[in-house]
Amino acid sequence: MTDLNKLEGMIDSTPIMKDFADIESSKLPEYQIDSKIPEGPIAEKWTNYKAHQKLVNPANKRNLDIIVVGTGLAGASAASTLAELGFNVWNFCIQDSPRRAHSIAAQGGINAAKDYQNDGDSIYRLFYDTVKGGDFRSREANVYRLAEVSNNIIDQCVAQGVPFAREYGGLLANRSFGGAQVSRTFYAKGQTGQQLLLGAYASLNRQIEKGTVRSFNRREMLDIVIIDGRCRGIIVRNLVTGELERYAAHAVVLATGGYGRTFFLSTNAMGCNGSAAIQAFKKGAYLANLAFTQIHPTCIPVHGEDQSKLTLMSESLRNDGRIWVPKKKEDAEAIRAGKKKPTDIPDEDRDFYLERRYPAFGNLCPRDIASRAAKERCDAGYGVGTGNAVYLDFKYAIDRLGADVVRDRYGNLFDMYQMISDDNPYETPMMIFPASHYTMGGIWVDYELQTSIKGLFAIGECNFSDHGANRLGASALMQGLADGYFVLPYTMQNYLSDQIKVPHFTTDTPEFDAAEKGVRDRIERLMSIKGTKSPDQIHKRLGHVMWDLVGMGRTLQSLVKALNNLEDIRKEFYTDLRIVGDANDLNTELEKALRLEDFIVMARMMAIDALNRNESCGAHFREEYQTADGEAARDDEHYMYVSCWKWTGDNEKPVLIKEPLKYEAIKVQTRNYKS
Amino acid sequence: MEHTISVNLKIWRQRGPKEKGQFVSYHLDNVSTDSSFLEMLDMLNQQLVENNEEPVVFDNDCREGICGMCSLYINGHPHGPVQGITTCQLHMRKFNDGDTITIEPWRSAAFPVIRDLIVDRNAFDKIQQAGGYVSFNCGGAPDANATPISKEVADVAMDSATCIGCGACVAACKNGSAMLFVSAKVSQFALLPQGQVERARRARAMVRRMDELGFGNCTNTGACAAECPKNVPLSNIARLNREFIKAKFAD
Repeated sequence: MTDLNKLEGMIDSTPIMKDFADIESSKLPEYQIDSKIPEGPIAEKWTNYKAHQKLVNPANKRNLDIIVVGTGLAGASAASTLAELGFNVWNFCIQDSPRRAHSIAAQGGINAAKDYQNDGDSIYRLFYDTVKGGDFRSREANVYRLAEVSNNIIDQCVAQGVPFAREYGGLLANRSFGGAQVSRTFYAKGQTGQQLLLGAYASLNRQIEKGTVRSFNRREMLDIVIIDGRCRGIIVRNLVTGELERYAAHAVVLATGGYGRTFFLSTNAMGCNGSAAIQAFKKGAYLANLAFTQIHPTCIPVHGEDQSKLTLMSESLRNDGRIWVPKKKEDAEAIRAGKKKPTDIPDEDRDFYLERRYPAFGNLCPRDIASRAAKERCDAGYGVGTGNAVYLDFKYAIDRLGADVVRDRYGNLFDMYQMISDDNPYETPMMIFPASHYTMGGIWVDYELQTSIKGLFAIGECNFSDHGANRLGASALMQGLADGYFVLPYTMQNYLSDQIKVPHFTTDTPEFDAAEKGVRDRIERLMSIKGTKSPDQIHKRLGHVMWDLVGMGRTLQSLVKALNNLEDIRKEFYTDLRIVGDANDLNTELEKALRLEDFIVMARMMAIDALNRNESCGAHFREEYQTADGEAARDDEHYMYVSCWKWTGDNEKPVLIKEPLKYEAIKVQTRNYKS
Repeated sequence: MEHTISVNLKIWRQRGPKEKGQFVSYHLDNVSTDSSFLEMLDMLNQQLVENNEEPVVFDNDCREGICGMCSLYINGHPHGPVQGITTCQLHMRKFNDGDTITIEPWRSAAFPVIRDLIVDRNAFDKIQQAGGYVSFNCGGAPDANATPISKEVADVAMDSATCIGCGACVAACKNGSAMLFVSAKVSQFALLPQGQVERARRARAMVRRMDELGFGNCTNTGACAAECPKNVPLSNIARLNREFIKAKFAD
């Protein structure tokens, strides 16, 4: 680490801390936050809201146009449901088909409070587990609503013909995920995301066939268009022809996923990006809680510099796999040197560190805790493989259940592991290590899922709303589908009800002209740099900085260093970027460069957000703030708020606005997974 | 510990759908055998960019074998020589030092080349739009456990539903038939109680759309199932034939 005194000097000259510390939303009327949480007891808020919200009648719905950007679980479910209600929907995706969206890769399952297992589950318990799992940094009312509609999602998906796993009696099967003591996770082999997405895609196809949804593939949104303070359209780049296209609507919905690829290596797909969020940010939408990025504990470790992505091994494996490293350092060293095999280590010399540290939840403790515990052991010299890996061992499950049962439960995941690592997990333990997986932070939205720009909504992973500082397993699919099927189609009408007299928009307005020119100038600027570095080269450098300095463990020093390094990367990007090919043409290098430009902005905002939050909570672990036994030390007195950031200009400091979090239904306490 | 190999690549390059394509040869050193096939292509593209040449474009996204976006005909096989995986799951350890690897796009009348190794698979979406769904609106579903479905039926439906829509079946078929793709979706719904109401209409509509879009006829060679990266079984096609005939009798 760099010299501390020098860094502190830099911190003084970096006005970040001082400038943001004294901005309170209550003091500045122009930055008032209204989260629109309905009145009443927690269990009645959503019912009350639905009973009193304004609706749009069927004859008026067909006069209203809605743009939905993204076709993952949130986007596809929202687009199809809004169309079923009678709205005209325009749906966009960057892939060649809506079915490719990265929700498809979710493996393990989807939570719901059905209590089919009679194990004491309830809406309240799912709500409680989610708020606790999020380390008391999520909005109570949103989470309760999520738990409330979770059961409708399972009904909806079964009716679509989603082939969930079943018991021999014909009823639905469940399994457990981290952070829960009940079995509430519904699954379809290790391909739950695929099956749920294909269900939503099927509903979407039905509407496309009817002509109520117009589907545009291989299109990337590069800006939103604002007319008289309301979001009224988007500018997209046709990825096949390179042409810029304009689309207008009464409202725009972003369902564009998370920014996990800021770390370059992640479990996200190659095309996943944070660009829609950054475009919205630059037009006035707040970004919230960006420091809350989930590092998933069970991914296949990095093999080398040419690696392009990391593969997740589903959390469901922690139902039956036991995580360990050698107890003795010399064993770890011998394994790393190839002199010993994991199977050579007797049970008494294995450190099942999660079971040791968290007896009540054991291997099924939440993701942030499991990831940090793995890093702690590896940093202490007990790692295996390259030193950055721990074992996930199925020997015990195979002894207990037999190989056939294990194969039936996890066969496809074992095959996937063997394909990548060339090891057979039935015979030798899997090696795993944490990797960037999901982003809890994102675009700030109110209870209606509307951003701070009127007429612009954000759903699914791209909003910040439900997971607080850490998301529990099998809750991303739940949130995406809750937003798309059961929340947005209601709440959006409250906004659209006074838009019924607004005629269809045309795109030949000065606002569209200006937005398109902005995009054209931006592309022209990048094309004309003509440097020497490919977008991937710069992105890899960005990834290293983010992983090392803004990753699983952060400190004041590391974050300040990150901000300085990010400035260097920014300069390198604008002076040494090389984009081969033509802008008005299919150009994958240009696509990467545009996304990278936005990742660099996102990275800076993530570091600033992490710097502002002088506490550890959930996935945000500031090493200065930990308890004596190495657990996250929250500071509820000072940081029980959503940190919302407002963009003020390219080289300017963003403004912090705080949305206070109030817990009325749940008593705030220290997260405990030990007893 | 890391092993590296050198490979010679023969890659199909084509500017656009109407333009003439050709094979171009490249040489690549220091390819880690732990790299995936697509990471090897990333390395090639990095090399091309350094020489100010346009990179080879190919579809890819999730890189874990589930999104169905990657394609590529590698040494005469869709998704390469290893059974039951997609191109993105193929690793360089399956190749030897000095190998020449031939890489082509999917070749089928219904999948026109957009550029290099990217083809247009929009026809697959259009087939699904014709009837690959259960027609009901969100909100009216009964309790999920109201209709028990036997584990065996659910498992077979899941095997059909596992299709990733990559198009390898069409590319592998000498007739360019989409029967395996269509039959997988028809089977999923024919097996499950949810799909019964529209069973006949679905089979008719999806087959009709498939025929309209220029896919070839099925002559039961079985190449589709042999090359399917998800091992979607050939029995789906037999089921589709039965469904289609039953639907015709119902007319």
